[in-house]
Amino acid sequence: MSGQHSSQINDPAIQELDSVVVRFAGDSGDGMQLTGTQFSVVTALEGSDLSTFPDFPAEIRAPVGTTFGVSAFQINFGSVEVSTAGDEPDVLVIMNPAALKVNLANLRTGGMIILDEGAFNAKNLKKAGYETNPLDDNSLSHYDVKRMDITKMTVETVKEFGLGNKDSLRCKNMWTLGLLLWMFGRKRQPIVDSLEQKFSNKPDIAQANIAALNAGHAFGETAEMSSNLRRYHVEKYKEAPGTYRTVNGNQSLSWGILAGSQLADLQLVLGSYPITPASPLLHILSGLKEFGVITFQAEDEIAAICGAIGSSFAGCLGMTTSSGPGIALKTEAIGLAITTELPLIIVDIQRAGPSTGLPTKTEQSDLYQAVWGRNGDAPIVVLSVSNSTDGFDVGIEAVRIATKYMTPVMILSDGYIANASEPWKIPDINDYEPFPAKFHKETEGFHPSLRDPETLARVWAKPGTEGLMHRIGGIEKDHDSGHISYDAANHQKMTNVRKAKIDNIANDMPLQEVSQGESGGKLAVVGWGSTYGAIHQAVKRKRKEGMDVSHIHLRHIWPLPRNLGELLNSYDKVIVAEMNVGQLNTLLRSQYLLDTDLLSKVSGQPFKISEITDAIVKNLGDAK
Amino acid sequence: MNKQVEIKKASPKDFETDQEVRWCPGCGDYAILKGVQMALANTGSTPENTVFVSGIGCSSRFPYYVSTYGFHTIHGRAPGFATGIKLANPELEVWLVTGDGDGLSIGGNHMLHVLRRNLNIQIMLFNNEIYGLTKGQYSPTSKPGLKTPSTPMGSVDAPLSPCVFALGAGARFVARGIDTSLKELPGTLARAKEHVGASFVEIFQNCIVYNDNVFGEFTAKKTAKDTQLHVKHGEKMIFGKEVQKGLRFNSEKFGLEVVTIGEEGITEDDILVHDETNRHMAFMLCELETPDFPVICGVIYCNPAESYESSVHYQVEQAKQNKKADFNALLHSGRTWVVD
Ligand code: SF4
Repeated sequence: MSGQHSSQINDPAIQELDSVVVRFAGDSGDGMQLTGTQFSVVTALEGSDLSTFPDFPAEIRAPVGTTFGVSAFQINFGSVEVSTAGDEPDVLVIMNPAALKVNLANLRTGGMIILDEGAFNAKNLKKAGYETNPLDDNSLSHYDVKRMDITKMTVETVKEFGLGNKDSLRCKNMWTLGLLLWMFGRKRQPIVDSLEQKFSNKPDIAQANIAALNAGHAFGETAEMSSNLRRYHVEKYKEAPGTYRTVNGNQSLSWGILAGSQLADLQLVLGSYPITPASPLLHILSGLKEFGVITFQAEDEIAAICGAIGSSFAGCLGMTTSSGPGIALKTEAIGLAITTELPLIIVDIQRAGPSTGLPTKTEQSDLYQAVWGRNGDAPIVVLSVSNSTDGFDVGIEAVRIATKYMTPVMILSDGYIANASEPWKIPDINDYEPFPAKFHKETEGFHPSLRDPETLARVWAKPGTEGLMHRIGGIEKDHDSGHISYDAANHQKMTNVRKAKIDNIANDMPLQEVSQGESGGKLAVVGWGSTYGAIHQAVKRKRKEGMDVSHIHLRHIWPLPRNLGELLNSYDKVIVAEMNVGQLNTLLRSQYLLDTDLLSKVSGQPFKISEITDAIVKNLGDAK
Repeated sequence: MNKQVEIKKASPKDFETDQEVRWCPGCGDYAILKGVQMALANTGSTPENTVFVSGIGCSSRFPYYVSTYGFHTIHGRAPGFATGIKLANPELEVWLVTGDGDGLSIGGNHMLHVLRRNLNIQIMLFNNEIYGLTKGQYSPTSKPGLKTPSTPMGSVDAPLSPCVFALGAGARFVARGIDTSLKELPGTLARAKEHVGASFVEIFQNCIVYNDNVFGEFTAKKTAKDTQLHVKHGEKMIFGKEVQKGLRFNSEKFGLEVVTIGEEGITEDDILVHDETNRHMAFMLCELETPDFPVICGVIYCNPAESYESSVHYQVEQAKQNKKADFNALLHSGRTWVVD
């Protein structure tokens, strides 16, 4: 098979690979997400670097066997640094005809297909829209097809447990996982442990699944002798020493914001309304009540953010989570938080839009909404998360800025990062410098518009404090007293202050670094958010070939880092790569009058590395 | 020895601010403001522990005129803010001020949910059956046929009754008052404050500019005794100036009827006793309208239950007792591995 090759190791039966991409695809009911996750866990435990991409359908229970019910999980793992889930699979695991139909186009010529021929019956073929059986009509002749009747073998294996037909068939995924574990030399025990734990109340089901897992493994061993299948070996990745775990973007971000609230010594109050792909943040934080976290599942997106703002007014750290359409509903309330100058964390896990768009597909098209999407001159801080682990530090940074400057901070993540897992060197909370929030106490000369001359942050005086009673609201306030003011000159002044406060935060942010390459040169590829992995790999490859290309990745979207204009000007050419039709590109062009090029993709799928290397080559030509 | 501390009792004046009140002269809001300040003083509220939250509209200017903490928020959304405030600090006394447009039109959804959840706050809905601040359009409580700038041929919308809505939403405290009835209103508001959970008080408020005298039929002082019935728990529902009238349950019609004591053999024994814990009775009372019936004022329904924020905090406390909050342990939960 292909994959990223390395030298053969001693056992000629085992082929050594640097990295490999496996994609599990089947019907929603086939348990592909579970299979993929379990495979990732053992892969991580055995020391590979990895990146995953769960790709599930929008429907909760789509009709069985249809193409729109196909669910897939892709994992890229290796002994070398892995930063994307891989452009195209090396191994495609196919549980039914619909999965083949949807996923075949991604497989490279010569790629391996492991498929359950037992599922390729007339009924399933028809549901998938096949006129003839692709197993018989030669249409798969360019691929390395390993067909086996997984359905039949699974049913036979689990017969002794006396499960019904449905429960028996549910064990197919474990049979398949067993085979894959054998192929890549991964241990079964962690899976056995987790099956026993998961089905502790249903020992029959646990044992049947374990039997299926073992049977799949044994099948590999037997088939190897008939040299139908072979084994592969992926060496450990040499990571920095430490304790590791896997984490996805929603987890790291939830924990990061909670960590921030702890460092700020504030109780965290989340107001949220369920929405794909942001709901896991609500679930995760609802399960962390021992940290004093209060979660409020509101009646709608608006009430959710209003609850968060109310709690900030009362002295907690208010937070709200959503995706693009929900953020749109929260817009008016964000304006209120801006004008009343209260700390607030707003999380936008972006998905493909506009409107409902493609709820389960990723995109980065809320940048305009985040930076500019409000009535009035209404600046806020916007940060972005660039991979599955980055959310932790971004979450802390967001809380630091929100509380120090009394401002809403919006964090942009996206559906890809939200669900994708990567290994994470677990940080120690004690290594982070606390930044306790300050509440105003002094009654002398108090008014609600008092501000710190340096940060321009308004005072935070919480209800319950004697002598500091005050009223705030959405009507313009007098700069010097905090009372309602309809005065024209005062409005000019207040608008200027609100802008200056946010602009000034750039002085409290790190300078923009070049994430790979040099400051200055022929070409820079600029990205933000989840495109990090693909740009990183693409630039790495082209630099290896001697090309003069660097990678700049933004965490701070607004305000922009204060050296960014100068930095971008030091390259002959700048490409902005993003999953929208040019939102950061417009921002950079408008801020720096720079003639940048755009590399845009909005197909609901992350960038492939090759799409970025192609753009680099197109821009640099053969110039090395 | 315990030291005797002199507790200075607040007066209504202590709840006034230095802000120029900007309601139209003659607006019913002035009287309500007075009534609220009296209620705050009478019930021992302290400005520093009290928060007034409002949405948008004439009524929502209210927080600026009370010397407590205040949050003038966005249209219809005050319940969300109030929820956040109470979750953050359940000790605060929170009053929500809204109107028929703010609370039942743009904010109807939030009103439903804050009542259903039973957040421990006082909600005062100033009903004037009109949009005042936007210059006189009809509202969700306007009578059909009302001519306004947006309904030049008369409104065709069916109106809703705020108290019936509140009961339907699961409110556990429903009361009514009249802006200028300063004899009753502060007492009703005091009951609302005392009630644990969401207290809903509809206040008939006269908009002198856009809907003057819309409640005249029952608020006119002269005829008030015949057109209003102030109910009290455990007391007979009797009203009337000249003759003693009362409410009787007619089981054939399955509803309430007005009867006159002394006529057709009716005695006081036939008159219903108000039971503020009876939700069915509350529905019936809220639906009564002039001219066939008196308008019911006072505490119509009161049946407390655990409040939302206290249940939320109870769970947080339980979680804290059951599990140590160790952040590093959280990060290490699940499968980990060590790279040397
Ligand atoms: S418009 Fe009506 S409700 Fe508004 S302040 Fe004037 S009188 Fe009062």
